[in-house]
Amino acid sequence: MELIWDIVISALLVIGGFFGFVGSLGLVKLPDPMTRLHAPTKAATLGVGSILIASMIWFAVKQDHLSLHELMVTVFIFLTAPVTAHFISKANIFRDWPAEKLPRPAGEGEWAVHQADADTSKGELAVEKETEAAQQD
Amino acid sequence: MITYALIFAIACYSAALLFNLFRVVKAPGVTDRVLALDTMAINAIAMIVLFGIYEGTALFFEASILYAMTGFVATVAFAKFILRGDIIE
Repeated sequence: MELIWDIVISALLVIGGFFGFVGSLGLVKLPDPMTRLHAPTKAATLGVGSILIASMIWFAVKQDHLSLHELMVTVFIFLTAPVTAHFISKANIFRDWPAEKLPRPAGEGEWAVHQADADTSKGELAVEKETEAAQQD
Repeated sequence: MITYALIFAIACYSAALLFNLFRVVKAPGVTDRVLALDTMAINAIAMIVLFGIYEGTALFFEASILYAMTGFVATVAFAKFILRGDIIE
């Protein structure tokens, strides 16, 4: 029984290490920013996930107490990884993709990333326009 | 067997951290730097957990939780600064 758990923990550790390595290798090797974004956000989460599961099983088997700290870390990383990926891709669109190169959004206006540019293109700050609108109300 | 797997995983994550460091120093765009810092924080969490298994102590989990939180906040702040030129508007 001990041997089975040893094999499971070792396999999870090897899988986790491999995926962490591949994620960061992709960060260096892949050709353009959006594909570079894809590599670490997926692979690092999977790698850290299996390392944390391995740690949870290790503490349950070897030290006979179930620790739920790892579950907390896993949940936190799984919740925050999409948010950071979304923020970084949005910043990337803002810097590298002008509004003409993007497909048109449905309805009026621009995409949200370029909306601030559209607001300030009349030579005044969007904040000043907002305060003027508030004063008129 | 677990010892060898642990050493393999630690070696993998050390190489991964070196790749990230390379990307932070030499990046084609500023978003790549932010992404490399974010990946670095996640890899550091994995390293802390692996070190906890290696030492056989559950002492380091609070450190990894703190690292996860501050890494997330730092990445969001960087991205917000690139997007808007300001963090709290």
